[in-house]
Amino acid sequence: MSTFFLLLILLFGFLITFQIAKASEYVGVLKGEKKNFEQNNRVNGFLMIAFLVLGLIGVYYCNELYKGKILGESASVHGEKIDTMMFITLVITGIVFVITQILLFWFAYKYQYSEKRKPYYFPHDNKLEIIWTVVPAIALTVLVGFGLFYWFGITGDAPPEANQIEVTGKQFAWIFRYPGKDHVFGKKYYRNISDANNNALGLIWDDPYSHDDVVTQGTMYIEVNKPVKLIINSRDVIHDVGLVYFRQKMDAVPGIPTTMWFIPKFTTDEMKIKLGNPDFDYEISCDQMCGKGHFTMRGVVKVVTHDEYVLWLVKQKSNYAEVFEKAPAAPGAKTDSTKTSVAVN
Amino acid sequence: MSNEATLHGHPEVTTHDVHLDEHGVHHHKETFITKYVFSQDHKMIAKQFLITGMVWAILGALMSVLFRLQLGYPDTTFPWLEDILGSKWAKGGHIQPEFYYALVTMHGTVLVFFVLTGGLSGTFANFLIPLQVGARDMASPFLNMLSYWFFFTASIVMLSSLFVESGPASGGWTTYVPLSALADASDGSRAGMDLWISSMALFVVSSLLGGLNYISTILNLRTKGMSMTRLPLTIWAILFTAILGVLSFPVLLSGLILLLFDRHAGTSFYLDKIFIASTQQALPNEGGSAILYQHLFWFLGHPEVYIIILPAMGLVSEVMAVNSRKPIFGYMAMVGSLFAICVLAFLVWAHHMFVTGLNPLLGSVFVLLTLLIAIPSAIKVFNWLTTLWRGNLRFTPGMLFAIGFVSMFISGGLTGIFLGNSTLDIQLHDTYFVIAHFHIVMGVSGMLGMFAGIYHWFPKMYGRYLNNTMAYIHFWVTFVGAYLIFWPMHYEGLAGMPRRYLTYSNWISFNQFADLNKFISTVAMVVFAVQLLFVFNFFYSIFKGRRVVSQNPWGSTTLEWTAPIRPGHGNWPGEIPEVHRWAYDYAKDGREFIPQTEPLGSNESAH
Repeated sequence: MSTFFLLLILLFGFLITFQIAKASEYVGVLKGEKKNFEQNNRVNGFLMIAFLVLGLIGVYYCNELYKGKILGESASVHGEKIDTMMFITLVITGIVFVITQILLFWFAYKYQYSEKRKPYYFPHDNKLEIIWTVVPAIALTVLVGFGLFYWFGITGDAPPEANQIEVTGKQFAWIFRYPGKDHVFGKKYYRNISDANNNALGLIWDDPYSHDDVVTQGTMYIEVNKPVKLIINSRDVIHDVGLVYFRQKMDAVPGIPTTMWFIPKFTTDEMKIKLGNPDFDYEISCDQMCGKGHFTMRGVVKVVTHDEYVLWLVKQKSNYAEVFEKAPAAPGAKTDSTKTSVAVN
Repeated sequence: MSNEATLHGHPEVTTHDVHLDEHGVHHHKETFITKYVFSQDHKMIAKQFLITGMVWAILGALMSVLFRLQLGYPDTTFPWLEDILGSKWAKGGHIQPEFYYALVTMHGTVLVFFVLTGGLSGTFANFLIPLQVGARDMASPFLNMLSYWFFFTASIVMLSSLFVESGPASGGWTTYVPLSALADASDGSRAGMDLWISSMALFVVSSLLGGLNYISTILNLRTKGMSMTRLPLTIWAILFTAILGVLSFPVLLSGLILLLFDRHAGTSFYLDKIFIASTQQALPNEGGSAILYQHLFWFLGHPEVYIIILPAMGLVSEVMAVNSRKPIFGYMAMVGSLFAICVLAFLVWAHHMFVTGLNPLLGSVFVLLTLLIAIPSAIKVFNWLTTLWRGNLRFTPGMLFAIGFVSMFISGGLTGIFLGNSTLDIQLHDTYFVIAHFHIVMGVSGMLGMFAGIYHWFPKMYGRYLNNTMAYIHFWVTFVGAYLIFWPMHYEGLAGMPRRYLTYSNWISFNQFADLNKFISTVAMVVFAVQLLFVFNFFYSIFKGRRVVSQNPWGSTTLEWTAPIRPGHGNWPGEIPEVHRWAYDYAKDGREFIPQTEPLGSNESAH
């Protein structure tokens, strides 16, 4: 019912606007075209300057309103570089924004039609044009310079001591794999994947390196102040590992592993205090459209201290152990089940 | 057509010319079908493109209103939605995820291709090229007619995809593979995706037929004296737009054909090592590259945004000069910067792919090339500002939209400097910052440029004016509303809020903007209502608007205003006018304006 009334009000609004518009056209004809035009021009000229003033106030107000809701201090070392770059870009573009918008609306207001004014025939001026080619070029050189400096720092090779974790996206969840004590990931092949046989990544059990690989879902544990390198995969469509507080993002592409690395600065517990939010958790958001459950594809990152990390890791059972310890532990059975799993897929 | 006579220029056979021309104008008896449906008159084809584009714009905007309803009021139920859309798509008065993704996909596709490419270029290229270069019609009126009817067919196919049982394409307007290739990964990748591909194929054909026609007309059918540097900037902009389209649309088509093969012929161009959870099956495809599709898509996709914005720039330059009563500042720099943008447009596509795992060194090249585009863009902005400087501005509705365009283009262009910088793109990629950026710089600017054109040339199209009061309301609400909608989205982006989420309530990091989302949705509905006011004004004024009584109501120098108020097929009843000067002799030598057709005075210098 309320919808109906809303439509009715809308319709009346239209009718009234239309009648006013029609009437003002007739009034315009009565007043004379010239006078009508001058009056409209003055109103719009005033609105131009009003828009400028209110707009700039609005920009300031919007900033005050939302500056507490955007990301605060970066939770990773790489993120600090991104924040510096953001600051430099914001200053340069901010200055250009304010100046050009003021000029635009100020000119519009100041040079509005007047019977007395003779417009100035000014088709070109090489000096001016060179100035405003060269000045943006210099500003952009600065931005490109800083940008690439940071970019290569962020995308460069991870330090050798970095912890390695494999992150795999699937519709609509995240799977994590830790290489275990041997620090080497076992081989995998996608045709071995079987959710029923608890082999979410298709690990090849014949490869001994795979035997101590820990596979978890939902939550990823990483160590604070230690570089961590993520090796990112996808099982089906393209996903994206988005880590807002670390300012990190990398696509998960089926068939093409990608990597990212960073150094987390604060543990989850520290962040809870810092943000005054006891429910805080670092989240992994999927940032690449991946199907109808895209918006539910949430993962959690627990940043913990070194001791907590080690303790957590030793408590984890390897995927291999989970699969085979329940089954009869005869060595023959192991190879058999490997074969079956391949055959099934 | 009788262009031949004029082109070959035999002044001594004037009588013959006139005879030919009369012949050209009146020889065919026009029926309703040939005049309004299968018309070969460029002006009628332009109107067909415009009105089809308007229908699409309303549908596309309506889709955005529907999904903004969900985003702004995630907890409210709208039972009438279920009444209208059925329980599959709006169960319990809530927009369902499948439908939400279908809506955002169709909104993007419709607005980018059918409104801002077909609607914008189709309308103004067809309408303005022959009238402003001084030609009877396009180089090939028949191909031109086909171009519209391919566009129309593409529209019908796209529209029909809304009604298939599994729903329309819903993988985003970029239809990234493998999502769009795998029916089991998404319902939208079933029949809807095939229709999407077919429709786009037809659209590419339409765009190529149109584009080749625009290029050949501009290059070959200019009237006597109309050298390239005397062309109005609208024509230059359309020329570069057409070149961009002709060179990049085939690449999209090839990418889509490979996609079609992957979908139905068992090939593996894009597919590699995929396990589908819903069916628990590993696909046999190996060795393809999902990233290849993105390269092919963005090789069109990026030039596409310039295909949208260049015509708008051309329209704005023209409207602004006319209503500033002053030449456009730096004509050659304007042409040069259009050219630079056109070239660079082909060299920046991978800036959409910084976080796909692209080699960082390759990424850095694309950073450099992308930020280079800011230079010609800056030149254009400063030249527009200088055009206003010391002018005598008439705030006609067209002029207001032109000024609004420049403001929007500045705002959106500057945020492009953030996104083109790969370092910042890591943080901002696929967040609301991107939505804010491209809507302001491409969507809103493109629409404002188009409105500037519509208001300015409506009198030439229909011989009547649009109602001014409604036009002013339309402008101010649209302009202010667009800023209110898209400006705060930058902050959502800076908070890392991802695009294409149905709801944010299950997230700790992104749920702080509920009030803002509600505000944005409300403003979006108001702006939508005002667009309906414009549509009403448009159709009402075609029949009942104030009549145009003078041939040149804006006091403009260009050729279209030397044609009769309601030009017939062939545009000029007598000879095609000859051109003696550039298009921007305003305020020269103390005269308000000097038409292009007026010969240079004995001691007058060319510009």
